Amino acid sequence: MSEYVDDDREMPRFRVSRKAMVDPGVFAREREQIFDHSWLYIGHETELRKPNDFRTRTVGGRPLIFARDAKGQIRVWVNSCPHRGAMLCREPQGNARFLTCFYHGWSFSSAGDLVSMPDDASYGENFARPGLAAPAKVDSYRGFVFISFDPGITGLRSYLAGAAEYIDLVADQSEVGMQVLDGTHEYSARTNWKLLVENSYDGYHAASTHQRYFQMVMAARGQLDPRALLDSRAIDLGNGHAVAAGAASTSSLFGRPLSEAGLAERTARFERMRRTYGDAWVDRIEGARNLVIFPNFVLIDLVMGVVIRRIEPVSPGYLEVSGWHLAPPDEGEELHRQRLDNFLTFWGPGGLATPDDVEALETCQRSYAAASELPWSDISRGMNKPAPSASDELQMRIWWRRWNELMTGEKSPPEDHAPLGGVFVGKRASEADQHATT
Amino acid sequence: MMAGTEQSVTPRPVYDERLSRAVERFLYAEADLLDRWQLHEWLELFPAAGRYLVPATDKPDGEPDRDLFLIQDDRFLLEQRVDSLLKRSAHAEYPHSRTRRLVTNIAAQARPGGEVDVTANFAVFRIRNATTDTYVGQYRHVLEPGPDETFRFLIRKAVLDLDALRPLGKISIIL
Repeated sequence: MSEYVDDDREMPRFRVSRKAMVDPGVFAREREQIFDHSWLYIGHETELRKPNDFRTRTVGGRPLIFARDAKGQIRVWVNSCPHRGAMLCREPQGNARFLTCFYHGWSFSSAGDLVSMPDDASYGENFARPGLAAPAKVDSYRGFVFISFDPGITGLRSYLAGAAEYIDLVADQSEVGMQVLDGTHEYSARTNWKLLVENSYDGYHAASTHQRYFQMVMAARGQLDPRALLDSRAIDLGNGHAVAAGAASTSSLFGRPLSEAGLAERTARFERMRRTYGDAWVDRIEGARNLVIFPNFVLIDLVMGVVIRRIEPVSPGYLEVSGWHLAPPDEGEELHRQRLDNFLTFWGPGGLATPDDVEALETCQRSYAAASELPWSDISRGMNKPAPSASDELQMRIWWRRWNELMTGEKSPPEDHAPLGGVFVGKRASEADQHATT
Repeated sequence: MMAGTEQSVTPRPVYDERLSRAVERFLYAEADLLDRWQLHEWLELFPAAGRYLVPATDKPDGEPDRDLFLIQDDRFLLEQRVDSLLKRSAHAEYPHSRTRRLVTNIAAQARPGGEVDVTANFAVFRIRNATTDTYVGQYRHVLEPGPDETFRFLIRKAVLDLDALRPLGKISIIL
């Protein structure tokens, strides 16, 4: 048992220390031991549509520039002039052939080379002209771009492990490639970042915290069967990643019913997908998934709306969140409008659900001031079950065991649960497989 | 500038003075309903086709049918929002926060069809748990005129000047 995680397989019981949520020392070590040695999501390729497009982002505490160079290649730069440090880009987004520092006028190409400096002759002939600094690694998987500050880290594909298949289940939903819409949910919460990670795939809280949302769905649909939430599995994807995956029945719980035309288009889309990918894979696509890629990347697909969420820790009691809407651009206007509607009623800081999550997490954080009287939080749900569902807490234990390993060196074996079957294991048809890997 | 050629720097009004005063009375009364949490009465200010919109902070001129917004409620959703805000199930607003709204710089102009375009500046203060959150922005409404200088909202749009909902975290009240 480490100082932070009490993983008792006998009782069984799993607890995490509330000190891990409030201690500035823990926060500093998370930066060094987790964020400096993980692959971290920075953005989606479709956010940079044209050559020389850029966006500024803070990732793992570092100010970065997420850009396409003149040749269209994705680049990530440290947003700091190598001369004396002024920020090269001060806009949240833009398009620039050259990144010029306003402080002394040094100018860099979008490929990172120093192309001019005023009064060039005052530097010696042998002066090593510095280019822009970059994180050690940049790579992407199906449009999702990740960076790492660790030059020795394993490749992105091997880091993603089983999570890559869940990215595929989302990325395969458009024949022309899923696209991030304009408009970002940029918000925050006065709470520890780990609580929002837990909340992002916690099915147990849905009925009580989001009663208000389900009342709306009930009013719109006339009925609601919450048992659909149990038709799900929490699944270990390796390297601390996990998913709460639901069967297709989950979709009956979310959003307003589609119009006749919307439903017809959606049905036709899925029929086409069935011909391309086969029934087993599309049955799976029609389900739902709340995926967390360790440590801070969240991808949630409740069929009528895919949210990409990146959690940026700022201090032990404060986090920043960015939420994007990933959608198929090849969808008709009416279906797109209904997708937007169903996304917004739940997601985001103005929806009928997210503000109540933020409220719950903020009260948790405030109550941890009493951590010496009440030192532990409990995450044991479903440890005794053969097949934990999305309403259990296996997915969080998987995350915390990886956290504990990186923070304390303590390794604990995975839990033993019934093998997956049915809709949770369908694969792409083999010809589609070849298509997707070329 | 040479002496004697000085011109007035007062901008020419591009709005209807009398109509703007009527809209001002309407918006003051509306703000009062919201600050008193008389949300069912407030909901009556929306006809069946009325919409309540808050664009994303990084896309203030976004299109609700194309781009991601923070809020885009039609009358059904707005009714759901209001009903739940008056119950305990809207946890972020139970207990209710206090709010105080300042609405200024009101300018209204009627379209040939009779609908009224309105711009107004707002500051909404939300006070809860010893924290004050300030929402600043501009209203860009479209009103439907009724009898005796009354109005209803066809579009009630609150465009935030904030570049992110930080550190506010959410929009759990009506903006």
